[in-house]
Amino acid sequence: MDFAGNTANSKKSGRSTRNKKQFNRVGHNLQFYKIPPTGEISLQEFEEYAIDRLKVLKAVEVAGIRLMKGSNEYTQKLQDELKKTSLGHDLIRIDKKEDKDFRQKDLVSHFILRLAYCRSEELRRWFMQQELELFRFRFLREGSDSRDEFLRENCLNYEPISDDLKTELDAELRAAAGNKSGVVDTIEYFKVPFTEVFDLVSKRKVYLEDGYAYVSRDDMISIVITHYRSHLSHSLAVTTRALPHLEEDGRLLPMLCGLSKRYLGQDFNAKKSNVGEITADMIEMLSKKSFPLCMQQLHQSLRQNHHLRHGGRQQYGLFLKGIGVSLEEAMRFWRTEFCKAMDVDKFDKQYSYNIRHNYGKEGKRTNYTPYSCMKIITTNPPGPGDFHGCPFKHMEVDMLAQKLRGQHISKDNVEKITKCVKTGHYQIACAQYFEATHNIRNPEDSASININHPNGYFLDSYKLLNGPKEGTKPVPNTPKVIKVKVEGTGTPSSQTNKQSDLNDMDDDDLIASMETDM
Amino acid sequence: MPGEEKEHVYDAASLPDLLPIYYKRLFPYGPYFKWLNYGGVPKNYFCNREFSFTLKDDVYIRYQSFSDQQELEKEIQKRCPYKIDIGAVFTHRPKDHKTVKPAAFQAQEKELVFDIDMTDYDDVRFCCSGADICPKCWPLMQIAIKIVNRALREDFGFKHLFWVYSGRRGIHCWVCDETARKLSQTGRSAIAEYLSVVKGGENQTKKVALESPIHPSIRKAIEIIEERFVSYAADKQDFLGDEEKQKKVMAMCTEEGFKDMWERKDVFNRFDSSNKRWQALCKKSEETLESQKYLKEEIMLQYVYPRLDVNVSKGVNHLLKSPFCVHPKTGRVCVPIDPDNIDSFDPFKVPTISAIIEELNTTESKDEDGKKIKDYKKTSLAGSMAVFEKFLISLENSWKGKKLEESDKKMEF
Repeated sequence: MDFAGNTANSKKSGRSTRNKKQFNRVGHNLQFYKIPPTGEISLQEFEEYAIDRLKVLKAVEVAGIRLMKGSNEYTQKLQDELKKTSLGHDLIRIDKKEDKDFRQKDLVSHFILRLAYCRSEELRRWFMQQELELFRFRFLREGSDSRDEFLRENCLNYEPISDDLKTELDAELRAAAGNKSGVVDTIEYFKVPFTEVFDLVSKRKVYLEDGYAYVSRDDMISIVITHYRSHLSHSLAVTTRALPHLEEDGRLLPMLCGLSKRYLGQDFNAKKSNVGEITADMIEMLSKKSFPLCMQQLHQSLRQNHHLRHGGRQQYGLFLKGIGVSLEEAMRFWRTEFCKAMDVDKFDKQYSYNIRHNYGKEGKRTNYTPYSCMKIITTNPPGPGDFHGCPFKHMEVDMLAQKLRGQHISKDNVEKITKCVKTGHYQIACAQYFEATHNIRNPEDSASININHPNGYFLDSYKLLNGPKEGTKPVPNTPKVIKVKVEGTGTPSSQTNKQSDLNDMDDDDLIASMETDM
Repeated sequence: MPGEEKEHVYDAASLPDLLPIYYKRLFPYGPYFKWLNYGGVPKNYFCNREFSFTLKDDVYIRYQSFSDQQELEKEIQKRCPYKIDIGAVFTHRPKDHKTVKPAAFQAQEKELVFDIDMTDYDDVRFCCSGADICPKCWPLMQIAIKIVNRALREDFGFKHLFWVYSGRRGIHCWVCDETARKLSQTGRSAIAEYLSVVKGGENQTKKVALESPIHPSIRKAIEIIEERFVSYAADKQDFLGDEEKQKKVMAMCTEEGFKDMWERKDVFNRFDSSNKRWQALCKKSEETLESQKYLKEEIMLQYVYPRLDVNVSKGVNHLLKSPFCVHPKTGRVCVPIDPDNIDSFDPFKVPTISAIIEELNTTESKDEDGKKIKDYKKTSLAGSMAVFEKFLISLENSWKGKKLEESDKKMEF
């Protein structure tokens, strides 16, 4: 089953020959967006559609950050948020009235954002995450007949296993069903290759035997999501490769670049620092006053162990770059610390390449961007020996509370923070930590604090403590309102990003691999 | 066996002199090529494969590729790499990658690989740390092989697993089934996550949390661990030997009442060995624990369950050190391990490059009739080669079947 190749034409969505707007897909409300739209739309519509869908995806993101996915509160919240947007309102309707205009809008807006969000790994990840979640949400709202119909239409229907086989596997199915083991008796099971249900496999929520997964009817959504994910991921890669052709069109590219910047806000990869040059000697002092907890922790463990493992060096090193530590100063900083435990020669051989690489001076010369909270929370969780990650997510609650008390944070505040942590609101916990450490009591101020990037945390803190410096840009960190930021589109970093990231592994991983076992 | 009477001391300074001989006479090019060529069934599989070399003084060159076995032999002998890494099969010949548009040059397939490294167990082994290993901690790797090997075969249905000693402190597994080679990054991540049980960094003391009911795959892992846990953790590591170690184990307990009672009554000190202390803890916790159903299992898993380097497995394009390299620091050859015979594999008896070259010199003068015998078969590499060939025979059958299938012009799914 290969969905390859059929999106190469997607670049035409904005400017193909004049046809009457026609979208002949009847059938299901939901679709995998396999066939790119044809027809013509005005530039204005192009932008409108894109912004409408962006609002929808933003709503999906916000609900996911605030609440535990899958909980009732989450479902309710997401529904409310979606209803507030014009496209979202339509997207979650489940009546089968065939509304061609709406389907067209769904299709076209999806493809426009595909164009806008295919250009870097970070953008692709964000887009896929939100689109997949939106799809899951919509799919689960459909009735069981409608779901079956969808599976049939997309050739994903399987035969249930026989009762005999089910009885034979009863113990295993129950053990793999987790807290849903009570319903094993009443529900049908399907035998599918494990490659069809990667999300169940990765969560170990399914029984596997000899390459086959035994999936309950309730979990069939996983098959759908796996297919959609692989299709979307492939299509985005194809679209990226087709993108250079678009550059001929002077109208679309700036618009697409503008669109993709909207969710990220600032990427903190600025050439010029926001607060002026930071030298190696200033880091220690700043770490105490203005670093978010995740970076404090990396700083402390670096000072203590005179070493950080790869994940930590990346997270911390790029953060430092983002706050305005130059390559020379960064080199000085890391060398001073590492060489307390190893000789200079070893440092130069094994680690300096890595640092220059992060500044875009080696390998593919990509100017790497500091990690956002989302990236820190959702990817590359710390393993044994690691200190990176988000302390609100990756630190044991008791240990976190102890650490906070050690920083003289009041008992009330510690409780407030740990409460957020326990309900999965890591970024809100971080915002409360910010408030507690910056003595913010005015409720009006606190409403404006929204942490979604460690470098944003730093800037906010720095400005608060030192007063805003002239010429610094305001940090856009209000997620509910999408601000349009007008920025040059041809910065060196955005250009290098374009060609990179296509391979699963960039030089970054390579360095990590080189380090092992030498 | 020649050379057994005296212990060979490997001297890293001799490596530049030894490598040319090793690559000239001992490196098993034939079987190695046979493996990576996969019977020629997937077209251009070998010549689109990336190799990378680490030369003397850490000079690192990527994107090497070879059109056939002869070219591979020639280049390796010319360069005498300190380390060879195997990468992905690309859309084009990697050595031509600069002539192709970057976006068109894509990694397409690679074996699914696993890397298990002893350094990741530093918080739960008390004999050595970092790159060092000893007979007291090596059982961790034996248990890791048993558990991962079982899961890959029985759960995922993979058949062609190639286990290799990394030459120093860890092991690698190459899953060579066609399904595995074609896996996307998402698929690789999913399998690696499925196999990861110990989670959390330095800020997480309790790294295993089991939910009820226990998943069948974890249940089977626990059974494997149970066979070896006492012998490893209690006898070899003495993991409840002193107060500090005991505190560490008890930190796994989340039921404060139980923990308090245990400390107040000073239960551990009523027994004189780790084994007895462990038995006491198991017994008492099973009887009295209310909120934490699986304390015993969680402790066992945290102490010995395999710790995979997930990042190595995830990427299609991640390079991994090739089997039959020589580890520059230890001089040991990265030899295959037979997963059905892990107890007979002793990392400290893995031949070093200096030892096998010496063997070559001594045996040569003795036998003159066996001209046809490959050089490596005259040395203590022979045992390892037998393991490799056993793996190859079963792999070969898979593409023989495939060739038949293709001649039947069967449609692919």
